[in-house]
Amino acid sequence: MTAVLEMRGVTQTYGLQRRTVLGPKPRLTVLDAVDFAVAAGQAVGLVGESGAGKTTMTRILTGLERPQQGRVLFEGRDVWDGDTAHRAAFRRAVQIVMQNPRSSLDPRMRVGVSLLEPLRSLRIAGDHVARVHQVIDQVGLTQAALDRFPHEFSGGQLQRIAIARALMPGPRVLIADEPVSALDVSIQAQVLNLLRDLIAELGLSLVLIAHDLSVVAYSTAHVSVISAGRIVERGAPLDLFTRPQTPETRALVAAILTVEGGLSGNALD
Amino acid sequence: MTGAGTTKQATAGQATIGQATTGQTTKEQATTGARADAVAVRDLVVGSASLTAVRGVSFAIPAGGRMGLVGESGSGKTLTALALMGLLPMGWAAQGQVLHDGANLTRQSDRQLAQRRGRTISMVFQDPLSALDPVRRVGQQVASVIRRHTGADRAEALRQTVDLFAQMNLPRPDQMVRAYPHELSGGQRQRIMIAMALACYPQLIIADEPTTALDVTVQKQVLRILDAAVRDRGSALLMITHNLPIIAAICDSVAVMYAGRIVEIGPVQQVFRHPRHHYTRGLLTSQPTMDNIALDGSSRLPSIPGMVPPLHDLPGGCAFHPRCAAATDTCRTTMPELSGSVSQAACWHPVGP
Repeated sequence: MTAVLEMRGVTQTYGLQRRTVLGPKPRLTVLDAVDFAVAAGQAVGLVGESGAGKTTMTRILTGLERPQQGRVLFEGRDVWDGDTAHRAAFRRAVQIVMQNPRSSLDPRMRVGVSLLEPLRSLRIAGDHVARVHQVIDQVGLTQAALDRFPHEFSGGQLQRIAIARALMPGPRVLIADEPVSALDVSIQAQVLNLLRDLIAELGLSLVLIAHDLSVVAYSTAHVSVISAGRIVERGAPLDLFTRPQTPETRALVAAILTVEGGLSGNALD
Repeated sequence: MTGAGTTKQATAGQATIGQATTGQTTKEQATTGARADAVAVRDLVVGSASLTAVRGVSFAIPAGGRMGLVGESGSGKTLTALALMGLLPMGWAAQGQVLHDGANLTRQSDRQLAQRRGRTISMVFQDPLSALDPVRRVGQQVASVIRRHTGADRAEALRQTVDLFAQMNLPRPDQMVRAYPHELSGGQRQRIMIAMALACYPQLIIADEPTTALDVTVQKQVLRILDAAVRDRGSALLMITHNLPIIAAICDSVAVMYAGRIVEIGPVQQVFRHPRHHYTRGLLTSQPTMDNIALDGSSRLPSIPGMVPPLHDLPGGCAFHPRCAAATDTCRTTMPELSGSVSQAACWHPVGP
């Protein structure tokens, strides 16, 4: 399988505040020679603690940030090589769903207008209204939703709207950053199932970022574990669970609480 | 155990409310009725001018007991906790009884409640960064709780604070007391909140989603510390969360709330192993676990259809009926009451053999 979206040897460092008045600015390495790829129609997971570099990876994969070292390839070509047509195609093809739909949707915009926004900003031509109707249907909402404002929806519905907005430009890769952790338990399963259906129906690739290994395991076939800016382990979810090779993965697996573990009385051991 | 007592007490409580209009009678009820309980809530109703968010909730937590309160956003679980603390937002009021330490808290003045908070009843909030004062040193903040309620002098309060920080496994506690909240990690801040809540050995600790804002790897550590500290003090715990595994790990009883009412209550082992309300069962089966997913990549997570109804537009009868596969005409018209022996469920057609 060839990768539709790929990071090769990406290193990203940020400058920190000077400790002393005339001293050098210390630098923080957030990503350290990271390789990461997702093939067409594939769902891959990325797990790690906060501060491990997950968000920086998202920003680089979506083109919000340019890597200082290494390359980002879309369909095998570097997206920062200066070809604006290729950049535009990449921008269209890679869309993101964020953790909290309440803060990622403009509260003053009707949902229908929010959905049109990506088509406008990416200057995509075509029958916009038909597209909106098609997409709102795909995420399981009714046309009535289009005339309403974000505050009129529950968290689960808003996340469907955020997913609809990401689908508007007809992407090939969906990057979902903790898409269910802000949602109620009974709604989480609905949204995870929706993501899974969309990938199957539309042939999308999915990069699912989460701190909860069981959520990632449900939705993806291949998982990378990131810790302190490095990918420390990759594999099938079941292998990572049952035979974690690195201390970082072991720590993530040990942190999982289950109802069964709690009932048997040794969850906190 | 907790549950079985609750229903009976609730019935008694209703009778009391009907007859007793003076605070005096209620006070007598309080002192005689609930001595063994850290808190006994009877027919609690919390509402504002336009909405009723908690619609008649009754439960009791015995001294040293731990109850989990499960519910989704809008279920009324946080307002229940705030009513217990006397910290309801402006415009909201509580009716019914909250019997604690020989008093009915819903009848107490703000001043009486303020003297109580942090001493006999205390709370750990979800987000420690917004609950801690950003411009005061964390040690000072914890020490001021101790000074206020025990009359200890500055040096003694500080010494106790350092002790507490050590119990919370905070590194270098003698230096940590001088830190400001922004200098600490989320897990450290939450441990300071727990230290503050436990400082005066309260009879009841309410923890509202104490680990939701924390990293998974830190979550377990904080729960372990909370668990041990509550046990050491013999305090009772009311754990509010939508996270069922956390309830299973540290509580002995559980109450499941839906649309402002308790729909199922009983011992954790019973409710989680043999849920009787369809909502409880739905919550349990929609959790992704390694058992129900990894074996077959194509399996779908069972999910509860629909969504939590808005408070201003609750369906008639059982509020869960539009989302319930077992719903019949009775469910649409008549609200079920809690019933059952080991655990109680408010359901006309309970799950079961």
